[in-house]
Amino acid sequence: MSTATAQKTSFAAVLWDYLTTVDHKKIGKLYIYGGGFFFLLGGLEAMLIRIQLIKPENDFLSAGLYNEMITMHGTTMIFFAAMPLLLGLMNAVMPLQIGARDVAFPFVNALGFWLFFLGGIMLNVSWFTGAPDAGWTAYAPLSTTSPGHGVDYYILGLQISGAGTLMGGINFLVTIVNMRAPGMTYMRMPLFTWTTFVVSVLILFAFPALTVGLFLLMFDRMFGSAFFDVALGGNSIIWQHLFWIFGHPEVYILILPAFGIFSEIFATFSKKRLFGYTAMVFATILIAFLGFMVWAHHMFTVGMGPVANSIFAIATMAIAVPTGIKIFNWLLTLWGGNITINSAMLWSLAFIPSFTIGGMTGIMVATSVADYQYHDTYFVIAHFHYVIVGGVVFGIMAALHYWWPIMFRRVLNEKLGKWAFWNFFIGFHLTFFIQHFLGLMGMPRRYWVFLENQGLDTGNLISTIGAFFMAIGVIIFLYNAIYSWIKEEPAPQDPWDGRTLEWAVASPTPHYNFKQLPLVRGLDPLWIEKMEGNGKMTPAEPVGEIHMPNGSILPFLMSVGFFIAGFGFIYQTVTDVAYIFLFGGMGLALACMLIRSLKDDHGYHITKEELEKEAD
Amino acid sequence: MSHDHSLNPEVMPQHPEKATLEGKNKFLGLWFFLGGETVLFASLFGTYLALKNSTAGGPTSQDLFGLELVFLMTMLLLTSSLTSVYAMYHMKNNDFKKMQLWLGITGLLGIGFLGCEIYEFYHYIHEYGFTFRSSAFGSAFYTLVGFHGGHVLFGLCWLSAIMIRNAKRGLNLYNAPKFNTFSLYWHFIDVVWVFIFTVVYLMGKVA
Repeated sequence: MSTATAQKTSFAAVLWDYLTTVDHKKIGKLYIYGGGFFFLLGGLEAMLIRIQLIKPENDFLSAGLYNEMITMHGTTMIFFAAMPLLLGLMNAVMPLQIGARDVAFPFVNALGFWLFFLGGIMLNVSWFTGAPDAGWTAYAPLSTTSPGHGVDYYILGLQISGAGTLMGGINFLVTIVNMRAPGMTYMRMPLFTWTTFVVSVLILFAFPALTVGLFLLMFDRMFGSAFFDVALGGNSIIWQHLFWIFGHPEVYILILPAFGIFSEIFATFSKKRLFGYTAMVFATILIAFLGFMVWAHHMFTVGMGPVANSIFAIATMAIAVPTGIKIFNWLLTLWGGNITINSAMLWSLAFIPSFTIGGMTGIMVATSVADYQYHDTYFVIAHFHYVIVGGVVFGIMAALHYWWPIMFRRVLNEKLGKWAFWNFFIGFHLTFFIQHFLGLMGMPRRYWVFLENQGLDTGNLISTIGAFFMAIGVIIFLYNAIYSWIKEEPAPQDPWDGRTLEWAVASPTPHYNFKQLPLVRGLDPLWIEKMEGNGKMTPAEPVGEIHMPNGSILPFLMSVGFFIAGFGFIYQTVTDVAYIFLFGGMGLALACMLIRSLKDDHGYHITKEELEKEAD
Repeated sequence: MSHDHSLNPEVMPQHPEKATLEGKNKFLGLWFFLGGETVLFASLFGTYLALKNSTAGGPTSQDLFGLELVFLMTMLLLTSSLTSVYAMYHMKNNDFKKMQLWLGITGLLGIGFLGCEIYEFYHYIHEYGFTFRSSAFGSAFYTLVGFHGGHVLFGLCWLSAIMIRNAKRGLNLYNAPKFNTFSLYWHFIDVVWVFIFTVVYLMGKVA
């Protein structure tokens, strides 16, 4: 079971291996494939939006289809591209960084992935019957009165994948608390592990608010309740509060891991220990803490009154302080360092000014009085694309280049990497910088056309041209991935002269990660050993039996059950036949849970002899 | 197999539920899960508080609630929390039979609670025509209390599953964490009920 499966290479065997895997490294890859797929879908939707807006009064997309396009672009990019790509990186790297052999709950880890993936598929099935069209924020009563089943798919798709994300969060928390290698104290954890930890806390406390919001919306749309129905005493603002109580921490769920990634990359390629490590850790915690108290800054124009608006405005501006601490610490890490500039580093260096522009416009939109002018214009679109693309997407791209050798055993081609970067970087600023001015000139977001000769023509044309540059950048990156896989030599164990534990793991990474758990003697443990001339980690234990979890098909089947039940929920309003799917799907999911609970699963042991047989 | 032996030691440790890494992980994982559940119920409470006076001309909380039944339900659930503590006490003393006994009593009390709740909902619907759809207050009430009831039902299914599964083989280091996590979950349901009792029923009666 243990090593034998790795040897088989027939397609069916590989497929079965991935369907049943509970190995964090394979699940990390699955997240990257899944998230990458949805990223391409979301990118395609973005291109269609930009083509529609290339000239005034364009008729490339109809108004209805345009609404579907913006809704699906936002929802897909946030929930099914950015988050899973980050969760994939966390899965692939975090256990290695703390010197663990797997995550705390490998089974739940697999379940989290399958729920995310099938939730994303569920959402996109809606393209065949009419996609959601109430915006990615799905404000009531727009969402409660939207005809057709588009919004129903949105609700069920997010509910299913949200449950998966929550499980992922809990899993990472327990892993980091309970499974660090000997000597790996909290204040010796790499920044990426720290941000994973803090982000997991955010996931844990933010996602249930979305869960409840989605339930209320579901009950209103499918079961006739009256939460948002003003005629029966309902209140549609409740949705906005619940959505943003989740939604604002969500943006920190996205950006904090990127902060962690940049901290790793700057330190590695400056050949210096991260400047202000302790300050970085506390800034992360502070951002997360403040992130929970600012949700209503999305609602300044709702009419909460000047007191509430002022409080939320000030709390929002306060976040600029820990974020500024981080920016300066990165700059000071670079200061006087022995800097290598490669693709990973280019993405990271480009992040600093791009993200800072986004932060600056953030302060502008946080000013509640001025926000009445910016609200629902392209200024806001420009702002959040500067932080999400300039922060999160740049971070993901940097991380992919940096950790590609660990995940896929190749160093990505540098030349192609730089081509991809420059196309994307130039395209990004071309697309979004001009949108600040379009917004200030009054162009509202979510409109499918604009009139000519209102000063918006040139700006929109430039923006669309920029979008094509970004698309070219992404295509070059994909080509690079395939090219490197076929043409490049297998990567060495430690191609970047790394500092942290993930670079101390043998290449290819054995499925048990560490034959002997390493002894951690400080921050940047591998670097310490290198400086003292050891070159590799000192083991903290003799070679002994390793306990590993068994693979299982149950996570996949359980997710399929919820997936089927989702269709039942959506169509029970139309036909009673749907109840077969509803109860059948729930039955399958609950039966899988019961089997999981009742069937003993002790895992298996890799014996000392087997370990000694494998080459050192 | 050496492995079976390690889960069935000659002398059970003081805390069999936390003696293995898996046990420790389950224990901590459930605590985190309850943290998330707290936000879930907090959101439901917030929604309820915002909508509790939105009766749309239908029955109000003063018309509906009868504190006698709710008092009985509170006693049933609070007592079941106590009996689950007894069960965990016997688990730590490695007295499997007594643990099963007290868990059984816990389950029966939970069933009693759930029966009362079903009666209560039935009563509201048939005597007052107060339903999930009749007003925003109705939607919020049935959702909050119903989510809690759903948690009780899930807990009862969980409890019966692990009690029946392990009935013949006694306590070991593999199943002890399962019983313990159930007990933590059960306490949490109980705490949520204390808030429902206060915020929904007491405040609904006097407000």
